[in-house]
Amino acid sequence: MIPPMIEIDGLHFSYRGLGPIFKAFSLTIKNGAAWSIIGPSGCGKTTLLYLIAGLNRPERGTIRVADVPMERPRPRIGLVLQDHGLLPWATVEENTALGFKIRKFYGPDGTHSPQEPPKGAVAEKALMNHWLSWLGIDHLKGKYPGQLSRGQRQRAAIARTLVLEPDLLLMDEPFSALDAPIREELQRVMNRFHRETKLTSVTVTHDIEEAVVLGEKILVLSDTVNTAPTIIDNPHAGDPELRKSEKFIHQCDHLRSLLENRHKKEDA
Amino acid sequence: MNERNRGTSPMDTLLGSLALILLWQIAAIILNRPILPPPTVVVPLFIQAIPGDLGRHLLASTARVLTAISLAVITAAPLGLALGQLPRLDRIASPLIAIIYPIPKIIFLPVIYVLIGISDLSKITLIAIIIFFQILVVVRDEAKGLRYELIASVRSLGAGRRALFRYVYLPASIPAVLTALRVSVGTAVAVLFIAEQSLTSWGLGYYIGVETYQVLMYPEMYTGIMAMGLLGGGLYALIHAIEVRYKIVGCILCTEIRA
Repeated sequence: MIPPMIEIDGLHFSYRGLGPIFKAFSLTIKNGAAWSIIGPSGCGKTTLLYLIAGLNRPERGTIRVADVPMERPRPRIGLVLQDHGLLPWATVEENTALGFKIRKFYGPDGTHSPQEPPKGAVAEKALMNHWLSWLGIDHLKGKYPGQLSRGQRQRAAIARTLVLEPDLLLMDEPFSALDAPIREELQRVMNRFHRETKLTSVTVTHDIEEAVVLGEKILVLSDTVNTAPTIIDNPHAGDPELRKSEKFIHQCDHLRSLLENRHKKEDA
Repeated sequence: MNERNRGTSPMDTLLGSLALILLWQIAAIILNRPILPPPTVVVPLFIQAIPGDLGRHLLASTARVLTAISLAVITAAPLGLALGQLPRLDRIASPLIAIIYPIPKIIFLPVIYVLIGISDLSKITLIAIIIFFQILVVVRDEAKGLRYELIASVRSLGAGRRALFRYVYLPASIPAVLTALRVSVGTAVAVLFIAEQSLTSWGLGYYIGVETYQVLMYPEMYTGIMAMGLLGGGLYALIHAIEVRYKIVGCILCTEIRA
């Protein structure tokens, strides 16, 4: 049996001086699933993503990714942040090659880069060309991030992550800074990506519609202590016609009332 | 935008120099005293003297400044990076730096003479200390200013401390180092002038202050002034050229323009 992609067991986490945001929190994310995480700001959704990425360490409990406990960032995880995180002094092409450069810098040591030997320059070039054109930015290779629109920058950040062929894609508010039409366009791109690759993905968002469009499962967090996870099944995510359907409006309403109720409980 | 980034063209430099010489000529005619000889006297004298002793004085000064710059960069840049990266270390060091930074370091000249001795090293050390603080502060701030998201996403590509240094901190701080150098090179040459007034027999400061001024050789003194001006201007132009060459100036500008 294939182990689940992510297995969180008995997680405790709190920021210094603040109350705990996760307490005995457990969650299992299966291989090939597309998840979204939603909740009000301060609920710990980004924290949870960083914990899965190995950028934060749990106080107690374990996080296993691909059956290995997380102790440091894991080379096969791809992470895309709201702030694209591109090097401002490097072109799109140089930025896309950054992961390969870092892997070459360390060699296949298993901690900073996967243990298998590097693919070689030709294969890397082919991967870069493939993803840059798949994302529709191959004509921008020579541009600097400052010369791109926000949407193009985010596409470049995604390309930089995908060329490394991750087995898990984590995204933190990837499209929040974008205008609505560009955001929806990129959501369609990610839907197509999931259909074509079946890669396990977790997307953090504060946007109800985005959560419904991207997540086959939606994890709802609250800004009090999170113990038992609230999970909504959302089987229609990824359907290209979803936004126009009754189901979409219904699901958004459902999610909205869930978020509002948690908020009310909080105020009481 | 590219037009603006190129800075001054060789044509601008030529026109500026010609205008300066013209003003100098007019001032010399109006003042009409030995303390301001006209360029028609000084420039030929300069061209005549530069292959000889004046050239040696210029070389001695240049060597001192360049050595001091190298020393300062080698020590200040890594320390600035460390301070910018390690908030705990920075909290201890930054009040100290804040106090030392504005003190004019030239006042320590006698102390340095006593401690290091009357050698070139003491003059170089003094200039290096001045540039050291300039670089330390800008590199520290640059390393601090790198957003957490940038660091986090590069870390997520597999980078540890060493790769972060190589691919993020180093390229991020080079422009800051160059800017700090460009700004502080004027001060460095000024301090060099003062430091060269005594306890040496080579260097433009000595040539201007002792060898020519004290014996009223004003035209010769002006050849020294011209050489010192060339040294300061040349270093400034050199650093600026490196900045432009690595597209650094353009790149900083383009990241500031948000779509």
